[in-house]
Amino acid sequence: MDLAILIIQGIIVAATPLVFASAGELVVERAGVLNLGVEGMMILGAVAGFSVTLETGSYVFGVFAAAIAGAIAGLLFGFLTQMLMSNQVATGLALTIFGLGLSALWGQAYSGDSTDPLAKLHIPLLSDIPIIGPLLFSHDPLVYLSFALVAGIAWFLFKTRAGLILRSVGENHDAAHAIGYSVVGVRMAAIAFGGACAGIGGAYLSMVQTPLWVEDMTAGRGWIALAIVVFASWRPGRALLGAYLFGGVTVVQLHIQGFGVDIDAQYLSMLPYLVTILVLVVISYDKTRVNLNAPACLGKPFFASS
Amino acid sequence: MTQTPLLQLSGITKRFPGVIANDGVSFSIEPGEVHALLGENGAGKSTLVKMIYGVMRPDEGDMHFSGAPYMPAKPSEARAHGVGMVFQHFSLFDALSVAENVALGMNKDAVGANLDQQIIEVSEAYGLPLDPTRLIGSLSVGERQRVEIVRCLLQNPRLLIMDEPTSVLTPQEVDILFETLRKLSSEGCSILYISHKLEEIRALCDKATVLRGGKVVGSCDPRQETAKSLAEMMIGASLAMPVPTARTEGEKRLIVEGLSAISEDPFGVDIEDVSFTVSAGEILGVAGVAGNGQVELMEVLTGERAADKGVVRIDGEDIGRLGPIERRRRGMCSVPEERLGHGAVPDMTLWENTLLSARTRMGMESSGFLDLMAASKFATEVVAKFNVKTAGIDHVARSLSGGNLQKFIVGREIMQTPTVLVILQPTWGVDAAAAADIHRALQTLAAGGAAILVISQDLDELMAISTSFAVIAEGRLSEPVQTGTLSIEEIGLLMGGVHNSTGEEARP
Amino acid sequence: MIRLEPRKEPSKVLLYTTPVLAVCVTILAGIVMFAVLGKPPFRAIAIIFVDPWLDSFTVAEMMVKATPLILIAIGLSFGFRAGVWNIGAEGQFTIGALTGGMVGLAFYNMEGFWILPLMCIAGAAGGMAWAAIPAFLKTRFNANEILVSLMLTYVAVLLLSVLVHGPLKDPEGLNFPESRMFSASATMPILLEGTRTHIGFLAAIVAAAVAWVLLDRHVIGFQIKVAGQAPRAARYGGFVQNRVVWMCLMISGGLAGLAGLFEAAGPVGQLVPALPVGYGFTAIIVAFLGRLNPIGIVLAGFVMALTYIGGESAQIEMNLPSAITGVFQGMFLFFLLGIDVLAKFRIRMAKLVKAGA
Repeated sequence: MDLAILIIQGIIVAATPLVFASAGELVVERAGVLNLGVEGMMILGAVAGFSVTLETGSYVFGVFAAAIAGAIAGLLFGFLTQMLMSNQVATGLALTIFGLGLSALWGQAYSGDSTDPLAKLHIPLLSDIPIIGPLLFSHDPLVYLSFALVAGIAWFLFKTRAGLILRSVGENHDAAHAIGYSVVGVRMAAIAFGGACAGIGGAYLSMVQTPLWVEDMTAGRGWIALAIVVFASWRPGRALLGAYLFGGVTVVQLHIQGFGVDIDAQYLSMLPYLVTILVLVVISYDKTRVNLNAPACLGKPFFASS
Repeated sequence: MTQTPLLQLSGITKRFPGVIANDGVSFSIEPGEVHALLGENGAGKSTLVKMIYGVMRPDEGDMHFSGAPYMPAKPSEARAHGVGMVFQHFSLFDALSVAENVALGMNKDAVGANLDQQIIEVSEAYGLPLDPTRLIGSLSVGERQRVEIVRCLLQNPRLLIMDEPTSVLTPQEVDILFETLRKLSSEGCSILYISHKLEEIRALCDKATVLRGGKVVGSCDPRQETAKSLAEMMIGASLAMPVPTARTEGEKRLIVEGLSAISEDPFGVDIEDVSFTVSAGEILGVAGVAGNGQVELMEVLTGERAADKGVVRIDGEDIGRLGPIERRRRGMCSVPEERLGHGAVPDMTLWENTLLSARTRMGMESSGFLDLMAASKFATEVVAKFNVKTAGIDHVARSLSGGNLQKFIVGREIMQTPTVLVILQPTWGVDAAAAADIHRALQTLAAGGAAILVISQDLDELMAISTSFAVIAEGRLSEPVQTGTLSIEEIGLLMGGVHNSTGEEARP
Repeated sequence: MIRLEPRKEPSKVLLYTTPVLAVCVTILAGIVMFAVLGKPPFRAIAIIFVDPWLDSFTVAEMMVKATPLILIAIGLSFGFRAGVWNIGAEGQFTIGALTGGMVGLAFYNMEGFWILPLMCIAGAAGGMAWAAIPAFLKTRFNANEILVSLMLTYVAVLLLSVLVHGPLKDPEGLNFPESRMFSASATMPILLEGTRTHIGFLAAIVAAAVAWVLLDRHVIGFQIKVAGQAPRAARYGGFVQNRVVWMCLMISGGLAGLAGLFEAAGPVGQLVPALPVGYGFTAIIVAFLGRLNPIGIVLAGFVMALTYIGGESAQIEMNLPSAITGVFQGMFLFFLLGIDVLAKFRIRMAKLVKAGA
């Protein structure tokens, strides 16, 4: 039983960065923008969060710094793709390459340092309930924030006028422009928001999961977050599910050897990537369904002729 | 007329790189008036109304609304003044519901708590029933236009702008629309009605302003004019109309039997059990409202898309399993509806664009290697023969005007001397003189023994050039008959999906 | 207010000058960056961008680095023109090194002129096989090739690691995770005496020449360009989208696999877990910086090689972190993409609209 609780707690820790990154990217894609730079924004968030926490001793500052770093990186992508009309795929890749390089430069001074991980909440009484306490009531605040974020995004997209406008921009930017909405404005806001979420997701890695800075520590999680958005058919609740599925695979893989299965660690490390491919295949197979769910203007450039 | 005009335009000028879209345009619209804005494609009508609706701003000139200065910076300002607009290319979102679409097109404070109920009430009051929960993608084109209109009506408009509203409607739907517009006008709402269809304007409008080349060239009471006098004002020259040639009974070149194809697009149209033949020398005209399977039919015929069932034969040979290259080799050429991105690659030069569809028939390819000289030579010939206005064949397709690019594409296909030609919207967006050239070229090709299938939304065009005639609705084709044997009412019923006057409706 | 106005045709002159401009702007940004880092900025720039040209040894080293970059970027340029985004060249590079290298190891005690060509074939085939996975999943199941090819990169690197730690480990070695050294017959012949520049460089130049012919004079290149610019026009022209996907992934996978084998049988000389050092990703920048044009790619390959060699010297001479190479590469691509706006649009100062009346 203790092991099960440990595994579930592990899954939550592994899934939370993916929840942040994929929820943010989901909003960006709903607005019709494909930002492949999630990995770059995450790693910048990771280094920003870690270094600021170390320098100031404040986790709150660290999280804010991560969000701001991610948002600035996102806005750079937005400036290039929305205002200078650059290719979204190429620019997203550039952001990832740039983010990995810049974070390495920035983090060089901090390699080898470490902080205490962000403390878990202890709610009197509730946290002490056996089983339920450790499962539900004793996580760090970011875990609760990630759930609130998904719920908030779902509410925003489907229950508010602003969310409707955002979806309309992703669905048909020419029509949205003709009716009088600022396509570029909506998209820039979405991109900044997505960047901030990815930044926090990255910071979760360097502040909670392994509280230290290592180059390339995101190890493809930004790309997995992109896959989760496809898996989720652009729906927030399913993105949460997807993130936990991948978190589960990651953690179970770590425990398989503990169960005495004799297999090279590298093979097990391949699992999350292989599962990502498998899930993509299963989800994408029904082309009509993907076409129906995907924002119709996803990745298409918009230039207002007037 | 002593009352204050509802909208007054003075000296409106709008320049785009290389063209002046509007040049000192002035006119006024009275309250309750149905005012026609008449002009050819490219005369500057759409630009002008976009400025009235706040999508663009004029470079010069000013506007007054009910006597007060009016210069909307964005559409929501125009809407706040009571100006509504129904776009030619609908500003709708396929994956959103009717109610969501309506809400998006209204200003925030105008959206009431009970929008669904409001939609039902207003749409029924004006004879345009709508279900607010349905997705736009599942509606017919006529129903989509209703959504646009109801969206405007919910905001109690004082001026309603309609941009080419009837090009997507059947004659019966046009009648319903006119009823709605007359009712609105009698309630005091002004209507600015943009069209190039003369009979419609004569039937509906109180006043007409005629635009040509961005300038106002006349204004009149359309009911006092003849269609001919309006046309001359609009075009500025008298035109020779082509005369349909009598149907010749040549050998059957194109035979299609039981052709069916399911669309991949969730909102696309399926082709269902289409059968027809086209003989040498025949021009079969296919009419239909936009979005009834015209594009799909062309793609299945040319091999761009695989059919699920059915037979296609050229000169007796079954080509139903072959791709576009093999079909071209056997004599079938085609002109798609979209010029940029389908019929031509926008950022490739004209000579590169000849390689796209003419490399097989014109010997520009041998064992995979391309003969660039042959491509240049052929492109030069097309430009000369079809009078394409361009600075040279080294210029990209995108740099040509719509009409000139259309001439180039049509020329590229006709000069390959196809035995079967499938052509969609041959003169869409082309000026009248160029349209006449294209029509003549098609007739010459047919006279030389080719079988031609013309799919068009322009009934006048089909009446003028086709020797036989059919209607496509909901992906099904009516029985072809000799041109001129159907009344406009019968054609209208066919376009609405009613076949063979049995009264059976294709959709409820 | 500044306004963009689309050009009717992209400016040809600017199309070729913007990469040069991007290099200049990157250098300017580099000067600022070094100043911020507290290093003498002009000296640092000189070390990275000028000094490597002054010594024949470092020029030869640049050719060593440029070889895989050019080879991979040539392959990627086909896909990028067609809108087929193979981002996993790093994985195909790794598998190519592995399969080709395994052939070399299998014949470690033999000699023969045929060993190296066989290794090249196996390397290219390995890269193609690895690229066939995203091609198959894309054409058959509509799965996004960007994500699939990228995920497979992680898998490939792990696969190399597991094999070098296990079955391929040098049985006569000191239990380090590395294979035997390749025999003389399994090693790339040296092109320039006394350097590490091998004949793979010639292969890269030949690949560029062949690519130029295919892209400019052959229906393969034509259909790839049409498919990328206007998918519907491609169907109209009789080109099958799935065939284009396969073609692009086979070309880029094969060349990446070949580059991997060259690297293993060339400068490295054995299979080690650290063989993949990111050429597959850097080649993406090379492809764009070279305008997806074979000649441009050869030049861009050298510019990128410069950032590696110059970056290393800067690391040694000025105690700069190795990460500056990555930062420079990212900046190149950013500035290039940003400056591209000049080729596609005219920048106009918009007149202010006169307020109504």
